[in-house]
This record gives sequence, C-alpha cells and structure tokens, in this order.
Amino acid sequence: MLAATIKSRPIYEGLRLDGRAKRHLVAAEGEGALAVLDMLAGEDAALARATLLYAPGGSAGQEHGAKLAALRPDGFHPLPTQPTLLNRLEVILQTATMGTRIYVAGTEGFIGKVVALAQAHGVDPQSVRTEHRGSLARRVQCVHCKGMTENVTASPFVCSHCGLNLFVRDHYSRRLGAFQGVCVDAEVPGEIPPAEELFR
Amino acid sequence: MTIQFKQETFRDDFTFSNSPEAIRRFPFPFDKDEYMYAVNIEQHMPGPVKSPFEFPIDIDEHYVSEMRDRALVLKEDPLRCQSLPHMITAEWDLLELLMESMAKNYPEHFTLTRDGDRWHWINRPLGIDQAFTFGDVSTLPQPPMEYVTRQCQGDFALLDQRLDNLWMDAGMITTQADWSLDFDIGMNFMEWHAPVPLAHDMGIFERALKFLLNLQQGRPVRRLNWTMTVNPRLDTSPENYHKWGADRTTVTPENVGDKVHLRVELQALWRLPRSNAIVFSIRAYMIKMNELVTIPKWGRRLHRVLRDLKPELADYKGLTRYRADTVAYLAKHDDGAPTSPGFFPDPE
Ligand code: HEM
Repeated sequence: MLAATIKSRPIYEGLRLDGRAKRHLVAAEGEGALAVLDMLAGEDAALARATLLYAPGGSAGQEHGAKLAALRPDGFHPLPTQPTLLNRLEVILQTATMGTRIYVAGTEGFIGKVVALAQAHGVDPQSVRTEHRGSLARRVQCVHCKGMTENVTASPFVCSHCGLNLFVRDHYSRRLGAFQGVCVDAEVPGEIPPAEELFR
Repeated sequence: MTIQFKQETFRDDFTFSNSPEAIRRFPFPFDKDEYMYAVNIEQHMPGPVKSPFEFPIDIDEHYVSEMRDRALVLKEDPLRCQSLPHMITAEWDLLELLMESMAKNYPEHFTLTRDGDRWHWINRPLGIDQAFTFGDVSTLPQPPMEYVTRQCQGDFALLDQRLDNLWMDAGMITTQADWSLDFDIGMNFMEWHAPVPLAHDMGIFERALKFLLNLQQGRPVRRLNWTMTVNPRLDTSPENYHKWGADRTTVTPENVGDKVHLRVELQALWRLPRSNAIVFSIRAYMIKMNELVTIPKWGRRLHRVLRDLKPELADYKGLTRYRADTVAYLAKHDDGAPTSPGFFPDPE
C-alpha cells in the first residue's frame, strides 16, 4: 500500500467486484494481474460479463497472463505493452455502455493513465476501482518542458526530454496521471544533491 | 480621477517602481508583528478612498505595463490561459463582472454600453474599441475569459462547484507565486492546496472550503496572502523557475533594499450569476524594501515578522537563501518601538 500523505494523490482502495455492474472492464499491468486474480477467481457470473486487458510489463516470464486467460473471461486481450493496451482500451471505451464498471491494477503510472483515459470518455475518476501493485516507480511531468518521464525511481533525475535535473515534488495531477518534476539546481546551477532511490 | 500609467518592465532591466502615492496605498498584509496561516477571509466591502480596497477591481499606475507583460508571457507559453469546455458560461460571467466594475469605477478610462445582448466596450489606456454580442464567442477576438483578463490586472481562476467541492477548471495565470495552472487545472480545493505546509493539519482548508461553498451572489469576500520576490518579476512561474531561480542568490547586503520585494496578493472571490461558479482573483502588488521602509511602522513590523517566521513557511515561500540579509537590512529600520494594531500606516 502507498501512504496517502500527499493530499493531491488519489487513494487506491483495492479492487472490489461491483455486484450491480452489467459489464466489468478490467485493465491490468505487471503484478496487477494478481489483484485481478484475487478479485475474479471463482466469480463465474462476473467473468461471463468481463473484459480483461493485460500487459505483462515488468512481470514478463511469470505466466500471469496465462493465469488470467485460464479464468476464461468473456473477453481477454493480452497486449505487448502499455501503449498498445491503452489503444485497445480506448476503442472499447468508445462503445462501452451504461452500467460498465472500470477496474485497473498495476503501477501508479499505469493507473493514472487508465483513469485519465476513462475521464476523457466521461467516466467519473472516483468511480474507477483501483489497486496499486508492483513497483513504486512514479510517472513524472517536467514542469518546464511538459515532457513525461516514465518509471522514475530516484530523485533527483534527468528529464528524458529537456535534460534538466528534476526533483519529484509531492504533488500529483489526476488529469495528467503524473507527479510534478521541478528543476533541482535552478538557484545554483550544478548544485545537485545525490540521487536517492525513493520509489522502488 | 485620471491615473498616470507608468511605462516600466517586470523582466530584463526591471524598471518597475512605486510612486509615493502607490507606496502609501500598498496593501500591507500584517496587522500585527507576527504571522501564521489563518482563515483570514472578510467581506470584500468598499474600503478607504484611494486604497486598493476602494473598488471591487483595483486598477493602478502599473496597469498598462502589467498588461504588456501578460501579453509577453502568453506569447511564450499559451498554457497559462486554459479553460475546460464546461466553463464557457462562467467565462461570460467573468467578462461581465470585470467590464461592469472597471467601467463604473474608472469612467475616464473604460466605457461599457449595453443594449440587450449588443455590448460596446472601450478601453482607452490600451486603445481598444470593441462591439460584440454577449454570449456569442465568434464576435470577440479571443474567448471571453482570455479577452477580458488580457485587459485586467491580476490572475484569475474560475472554480466550478460540484460534489461539495470547488474545481479549478479555468484560469488566466501569468503572475503567479510559483504554481502551475497547467498542472493544477481540474483539481479540487484540497488537491491544489496539497503542497502547502502546516495549514492542512490546522484545519484551515477544511474551514475555508466550507465557507466558500456557501458564498452568496452579491457578497464577495477577500483575503491577503504574501510572499517575497527577488527583482520585481511578475512571472515567477514554476514553468520558468530554471530561468528566474538564480535571482535568489544575487541578494547582497548592498543591493537588498532595491532587489528584495514584498509581494502581496489581494485575493477576492465572487459567486457568479449564470454559471454558479466562483471567480478567484489574485492581484499581486510588489514593493521594494527601500520603498517599504519609508513607512516606519511597516519597516519595524516586517522586520519582526520575517525574523520570527516559522522555517517551514520560509522554505515554502522560497525565502531561505536571502532571508538573513533581508532581516539584517530591516533591523536597521526597527528601533524597537511598539507598533499600532492594524494594517494602515500611522498618521504623520
Ligand atoms: C478558492 C480559491 C483559491 C484558489 C484557486 C487557491 C489557490 C492556491 C494555490 C494554487 C496555492 C499554491 C499551492 C502550491 O504550492 O502549489 C495556494 C496557496 C495557499 N492558499 Fe489558496 N487558493 C484559494 C483559496 C484559498 C483560501 C480561501 C484560503 C484560506 C485560508 C487559502 C489559503 C492558502 C494558503 C495559506 C496558501 C499558502 C500560501 C503561502 O504560504 O504563500 N487559499 N492557494
């Protein structure tokens, strides 16, 4: 579990099946598969109305995908990467009907992207059921060039777009699905504290 | 009352300064010799003549130059002005509020004529004469919030009210004390205040939000907030922090009086009639230390406030590197005499 000490950061309450939903739309990444297995194993009625999307990410080689397939949900979409998963999810969201409940499990950056995508399709972010699993790596937006850097585990780090040295501020945007990165040596250029591995 | 608008800059050569009249009307934010966060909200009632509280929207000698600086910021970074699609009614509400107030209180400079939906706006200081149809976006050169706030001092945020919260869903933010509209847009009251130290645990945001959710139309409120800025730079945005951050290391005992500025935000909130949204105005006033100490009470008081400020607040406000030099400068203007209660200068 992630501590909720940052007031702008969402609380990930864990996956819980919505017994009243007409459809279950489930997106998982990496270790998130284990949360989906916990929620859906043996729930045959729900599985008959469920669509699962899965990208193995950092858990490739651990056979999580095979276990999800073995649940035999109504629809199963194994996808090679997060971007391909998000593309597929977007297509599904375009035709999703009322009464569809969305679930997402995985790293925080993945949860953020799925929630932001759902929001862009008119889904209230609070209604999405979320569970954090896997690495604590953060997705960070550089406040200067606006570029996103994925899988940030240390602060400070180098912006993958503009090359500034950024520290990760404790401020999270749900719309962007990202923390804020701010230049660490703006006041005295070159004065950069040693990087600490904070988000493993 | 005709205002003499100054030609000055808030970047590069930094020619900004205050006239003696502007110094006297400065909204000094400390009513006692110490400072801590509080729910400091009061009715936005007309204040003393010539004070920044005389009218709901204050226009002063810096108007023309501030509007030029805003245009420069927007040219470099259009993301400083953003509005989510559902905010268009609130944008028109804001345009009405600002135009009505400016035309009513500064008739030499601004004129608004309304004939049903057919409006005619004249802004003499900026040389603008615009006929348009209220409610029809295609009749203005920019969307209504951007159009009117390019002509009004102060930053503006438009807040939608739903689910017992306020959501920052639009804004024109070019003179901010180090926060990003592009990052914060779409957040609610608790979320955008997340980085503020201590105040959450003091229950300040909970009480302030509860108060604001009940804000009534026609009964605006205001509060003062403050920070400090090295050089009279209006655009102290996080977007450009890598460009202005180094200013904080340039303060020396010799230049502190000219370089260090107290920066006060007069923040006012109005409930808007058509949209039920709230507008939050953030009007920044800056004063150099050597201007400030011409009012003896203010020199004494700022010395004591700054000397005793909690380190969490000093860090959050970014003062840490030049606080000691500033306190030392102000100490020379503090003879230890008692100060009178309240914000205003003592009569001479
Ligand atoms: C509803 C409109 C308001 C908006 C849009 C707003 C916005 C903001 C923002 C963006 C910040 C900077 C946060 C950061 O560091 O990223 C801030 C700071 C702050 N706000 Fe508000 N605020 C509002 C109302 C209030 C009210 C009513 C209070 C009353 C207590 C308040 C108290 C504060 C305080 C104490 C700070 C820290 C300021 C400092 O130390 O310099 N705000 N606000």
